[in-house]
Amino acid sequence: MKSRSPDLGFRLGTGVFAVLLVLIVCGIGVELARVSMPSIQKFGLAFWRTDVWDPVVGDFGALPFIWGTLYSSILALLIATPIAIGIAVFISELCPAVLRQPLMFLTELLAAIPSIVYGLWGIFVLVPAVRSIETSMPEVLRQLPLFSGPPLGLGMLSAALILAVMVIPFSSSVSREVLKSVPAAQREGAYALGATRFEAIRAALFYARTGIVGAVMLGFGRALGETMAVTMVIGNTPQVSLSLFAPQYTMAAVIANEFAEAADDLHLAALVEIGLVLFIITLIVNSFSRLLIWSMARTVSPAAEIPTETAEAAA
Amino acid sequence: MNRTRFRKLISSLFVAFCAGAVVIALIPLAFILFFVVSQGVRALNVDFFTRLPQPVGEPGGGMGNAIVGTLIVSGLAAVMAVPIGVISGIYMSEYAGGRFASVTRFAADTLNGVPSIVIGLFAYGVAVMPLRHFSALAGGFALGVMMIPIIARTTEELLLLVPGTIREGALALGATRARAVFSVVLPAALPGIVTGIVLALARIAGETAPLLFTSLNNRFFSTSLTQPISTLTVQVYTYATSPYDDWHRQAWAGALVLVAIVLVCSLLARFATRRLERMHARA
Repeated sequence: MKSRSPDLGFRLGTGVFAVLLVLIVCGIGVELARVSMPSIQKFGLAFWRTDVWDPVVGDFGALPFIWGTLYSSILALLIATPIAIGIAVFISELCPAVLRQPLMFLTELLAAIPSIVYGLWGIFVLVPAVRSIETSMPEVLRQLPLFSGPPLGLGMLSAALILAVMVIPFSSSVSREVLKSVPAAQREGAYALGATRFEAIRAALFYARTGIVGAVMLGFGRALGETMAVTMVIGNTPQVSLSLFAPQYTMAAVIANEFAEAADDLHLAALVEIGLVLFIITLIVNSFSRLLIWSMARTVSPAAEIPTETAEAAA
Repeated sequence: MNRTRFRKLISSLFVAFCAGAVVIALIPLAFILFFVVSQGVRALNVDFFTRLPQPVGEPGGGMGNAIVGTLIVSGLAAVMAVPIGVISGIYMSEYAGGRFASVTRFAADTLNGVPSIVIGLFAYGVAVMPLRHFSALAGGFALGVMMIPIIARTTEELLLLVPGTIREGALALGATRARAVFSVVLPAALPGIVTGIVLALARIAGETAPLLFTSLNNRFFSTSLTQPISTLTVQVYTYATSPYDDWHRQAWAGALVLVAIVLVCSLLARFATRRLERMHARA
């Protein structure tokens, strides 16, 4: 018993820092709830149903922001998912071994470029390009609700495109890991039955479906919280519109734009409440996606648990 | 026979689609790098690194204060995040099977997924509101919070990679657990952990959103920790959204510096990991 006491000290000493990490996460939730209390008490659930945002009068409704966040993220996901899965399949199954490392490096670089650089590029290169697409679109199509609105370039389409580019590396690298964990026997079995390459990969993808859905959701979580690039290209106009060309707004963007110059405490509280809900949504999305990836890893190989056991055995 | 040909056609189309997906993703990367380099080089000169921002209408000037500011704020973040990250990483790997280690791991992954703007709000509530003052310290705190989970998870993963025989050797010689970890296991994983810290630094140096209302911005040269401070990213944001051509040029130059930082760090990390892998392969 005596010889164990120094180990206990070690356990407590390192444990304190682990507790600190957990406390920070809890602290974020508590702190945001505390600061946003005036707004929660004043507006209640109506905050999420009304679309008036008037800091001067002190009337706040967050519907346009939550709409903009969800709409832009879902559009981005629709664009990014097939591409991300395609990349994952290409790198893990199809590409020559020489290309594998460089391609992985390049897609990771896409994730490493700072958001502000995406935004800068978005303002000066992507937005003018989208504007010229909008102006060259036939008048008949412009009548549709999906394409109505002024041809500004700044708007939902630019935001969704830039988000898609930013999300691709996340979804594709996780999908790649998931695909790698599919047992070779799955593909070999398919080939043995005379399957073509596509059919064998389809079998592997089907086997990995849970993990791939998790990878896509992880990308969704990133897209929901992305701030700078979206703020710079979405047009920052609070309105609920289906149109891809209409300038809109997101939850993260309104906080970025208005927080430093918030008019009064209520305005501040309303912005923090938006942040609180963004925190909760991303928390749910991320936890769910990790659960999917984790359950996939578990079904594939019970062997994945071995390292932890050896660590315990060593203890 | 016809059926077989059809299946083969589908298969080839699928392969083509996957290769196409890679090309589609690399096009924006090439575009971004091309524009950042070609536009950025035009405004990049010695003044950019040494001078202060000029008032509107006066050409020239630079981001000297913002570069120093980014170094200070990132440094503060590292001072806060490295001890917390590394030691909680040690805890997670040492007690990997335990319940609280899983809780910590979950917290780290959760924190990693929290949007950076929300971290900014948290830092505002914790570090700006009580002091009633935007400050470099608050910016460093926000970035530090973002850095902790990255370092913690990297440390944990790398420690688990250290062969069990090494630690068992230390324990067999009668070392306490603390001794085994700090003198034997940690040094074995140290190069990898340092690489992870450098990568984390590169990532947070490129963050803008958490700094918008913590360290704010400053037109002047400041090294005070309790004053608002200018950073490269916030300065690029301010310039990019301004209507002045000269400021736009400066913004591109700032973006070039940011991308260069990220690129150099990634390449260094890649180089270092390769060497590590080779070392492990030999051992």
